[in-house]
Amino acid sequence: MSQHAEPHSREAELHIVSPKVYVAVALSLLALTAATCAISYIDLGVFNAVVALAIAVIKASLVVLFFMHMKYSSRLIKLTAFAGLFVFLTLISMTMADYISRAWGRW
Amino acid sequence: MSSATIVNLPDPSTARIPKMNFLTRENGLLSWLLTGDHKRIATLYLISITFFFFIGGALAGLIRLELLTPQSDLMAADTYNKVFTMHGLIMIFLFLVPSVPATIGNFVIPMMVGAKDLALPKINLLSWYLYILAGGVMIYTMMVGGVDTGWTFTAPLSTHYLNTNVISAGLAVFIAGFSSIFTGLNFIVTIHKMRCPGMTWFRLPLFVWANYAASILMVLGTPVLAITLVLVILERTIHIGVFDPAYGGDPLLFQHLFWFYSHPAVYIMILPGMGVISEVISTFSRKRVFGYTAVAFSSVAIAVFGFFVWAHHMFIMGISNYAALVFSLLTMLVAVPSAIKIFNWAFTLYKGSITFETPMLYAIGFMGLFTIGGMTGIFLGATGTDIHLTETYFVVAHFHFVMVGGMLMAFLAGIHFWWPKWTGRMYPEKISQFAAVVTYIGFNLTFFPQFILGMLGMPRRYAAYPPQFQVLNVFSTAGATVLGVGYLLPVLYLTWSLRYGAIAGSNPWQATGLEWQTQSPPLTENFTEIPIMDHEAYDYEWLERQQAKEVASV
Amino acid sequence: MAEVQHQHPPYQRHHFESVAQQFDATNFAMWLFLLTEVMFFGGLFTAYLIMRNWYYPAFVEASHHLSIFWGTTNTAVLITSSFTLAMGVWCAETRRKSGLVLCLVLTFILGLVFLCIKGIEWHAEWVDHHVPGLRFSDADFINPALDPSIYKEYHDRPLSPGMALKTEEYFFLYFAMTGMHALHMVVGICILGFIICRAWAGAYTSGHVTFVENFGLYWHFVDIIWIFLYPLLYLISRHT
Repeated sequence: MSQHAEPHSREAELHIVSPKVYVAVALSLLALTAATCAISYIDLGVFNAVVALAIAVIKASLVVLFFMHMKYSSRLIKLTAFAGLFVFLTLISMTMADYISRAWGRW
Repeated sequence: MSSATIVNLPDPSTARIPKMNFLTRENGLLSWLLTGDHKRIATLYLISITFFFFIGGALAGLIRLELLTPQSDLMAADTYNKVFTMHGLIMIFLFLVPSVPATIGNFVIPMMVGAKDLALPKINLLSWYLYILAGGVMIYTMMVGGVDTGWTFTAPLSTHYLNTNVISAGLAVFIAGFSSIFTGLNFIVTIHKMRCPGMTWFRLPLFVWANYAASILMVLGTPVLAITLVLVILERTIHIGVFDPAYGGDPLLFQHLFWFYSHPAVYIMILPGMGVISEVISTFSRKRVFGYTAVAFSSVAIAVFGFFVWAHHMFIMGISNYAALVFSLLTMLVAVPSAIKIFNWAFTLYKGSITFETPMLYAIGFMGLFTIGGMTGIFLGATGTDIHLTETYFVVAHFHFVMVGGMLMAFLAGIHFWWPKWTGRMYPEKISQFAAVVTYIGFNLTFFPQFILGMLGMPRRYAAYPPQFQVLNVFSTAGATVLGVGYLLPVLYLTWSLRYGAIAGSNPWQATGLEWQTQSPPLTENFTEIPIMDHEAYDYEWLERQQAKEVASV
Repeated sequence: MAEVQHQHPPYQRHHFESVAQQFDATNFAMWLFLLTEVMFFGGLFTAYLIMRNWYYPAFVEASHHLSIFWGTTNTAVLITSSFTLAMGVWCAETRRKSGLVLCLVLTFILGLVFLCIKGIEWHAEWVDHHVPGLRFSDADFINPALDPSIYKEYHDRPLSPGMALKTEEYFFLYFAMTGMHALHMVVGICILGFIICRAWAGAYTSGHVTFVENFGLYWHFVDIIWIFLYPLLYLISRHT
């Protein structure tokens, strides 16, 4: 049968996330916001940026997984989001590879 | 040419174009301007890109005419800069990027996957309107004096030094970018979600695979170009530099962001053409494409590798040696899937029953020219030779071999191949074979001398050149006139065939794709009932059994 | 397909075989569109990253002039609006019309609150001569003591005139990123207004949740962009 009639995609359509989950996610997002703001007042050296970005990644993952229903979506949607992340990281890392290695001088 | 042919037309005394088809379903201008039908939108696109192709072609003619003599005598140097810039912008963003996907792809992909339409018909129409808007802004740019940055918008040239119409040109490219994003997005969704029962991924025609790969590049690459152009425009308007060193910006950052799109854009331009070639080669050698899976995956591999090689446009611009080494190495990897395709097409021809109808002539031309274009790409991808060859006519010849010798040949192959499906009528065979040969000869005469010119060191983008280069430039200009004839002929005889061509019937080529199993021109909803795919792609025995069955039942 | 012809609901477009297929296709299309948005903002993030590494002292001191209070408040506002919209999707799925309208209106208001706060911040930057290209002065960075409230908190050292100029770069990227984000908010709020009218008429509580769901994806995505802008612009430069 064709792809669209596969059972898992129908399930994805019918899956309704309970409001309890939404409340829990929203509360943890607010708590993480407070935490990242508080931590920024402590001097951790380079780790300030690392911690702040780590918390941002956690928050973004919560939004993607629950608010955007990624957790209940088909593999295709997961792959799509992953592809976006991958290409974005390619852009950043390959560009940075040039900038960083320029300081190494000639060989 | 050879007398052998696979063309199988219905009896001309009784054959009729089906009364009910997508062209006759509704009448009036509004029924076209508000249509959701992918075949009508493809037709709109075909007319529009042909229009822009001839504007771009006329500009190319001016360039070649100027280069006939060593002095800058036909036009002043700054006019020449504007002419080659407009030629590049129009040809790339308004012709090559939408050429095969937005016309042929739009027309056949829903039929190939057995769907009634693309998944998002309104978005498809929006994409055409954006294209027209972009074209309008581009023409406006030309009217008010043009732009002379080169199609690459190189900063800080574009942001600081020039007072030509960079903003409107950038805006046009920005809008055209969104037009192509929407086309790509639509294709991906359609190919994933709209396939008919039985149409598994490995039963899809290779044309669909190739367009799928190109669509991924459109969706992921184009927005980076969009934001880059926004920054360029902001830099010009409020004089704040991300790219302009005078304001503390970094021109190499512009290069990184620009080529992050514009290198994959090269694959956006060539991959759909490769898809056309797969269809044509298989049909006219009556064989399943050799190594179907390898060809399918090589398209995806080109798309993926395409994101990792962009800095090979920047070897002489002061990027780090180590990065240059890595990017050079990765560039060599792209040659592998491209070679897989060429070899597999060659193996498809081997022991096939080859006939030389026009699409096949263009396809064989493609194979030769693309191979040369691709191989010279290796020269340019290697850091050492690149330093000698970059920014010379060698580069110009290289990308014209790939883009014109590759994509334009493939586009013409595709137009001739699907013309009977599109209009219900055949194009005239003899004259079109003649046009294909003229194009091939004209092309080589135009661009092969440019390889030598580049090797000798003639730089690109100058209106004047030392007199010792004149002989080769005269060859090139002479070739351009031949090439021009080669491109004008199809417009004339294809228009003629709209009225006087022989009735084609539903499957003149005896091809296997689902699009050939419905009437020509197709119904608005493509099929009378949704087809069920019960055989592999390019299964010519299935077609024979099918036809035997039909004969028996009549 | 030799199936029995189903009774199609009115919102099913003619070229889809089933509502499930329509939902899948449009949902997937929305995700792909968000992919292009990721790359669109990706260019800006790359520029920010590189510029920050180049002109680190300028970026640090310039960032001290943002208001962490307003930034944090705005983050909370936006997260709450995402929550109310998620609840709206739930109401649509469970066919509660008044709940849906309430959630959408709340989201609408929170979106406007976000933009107002952003406006307050931009206004402060305008007053402080920190708007690049239009009204900019690097006096605050050549002589940090000029702005006593910030100086008291961070004790910034004076920047060399060359580096002080680069603070304009920071503010340009700040305005480009928050401006582009705000533009997405404005577009979102306009669409939301349209959705509220349609929801009031009962369009999304009869089983057709696709549009609300897909709009939700867009809104949450804009939220995610802010979740990254907030630490990058406001937080990570407090200590040098």
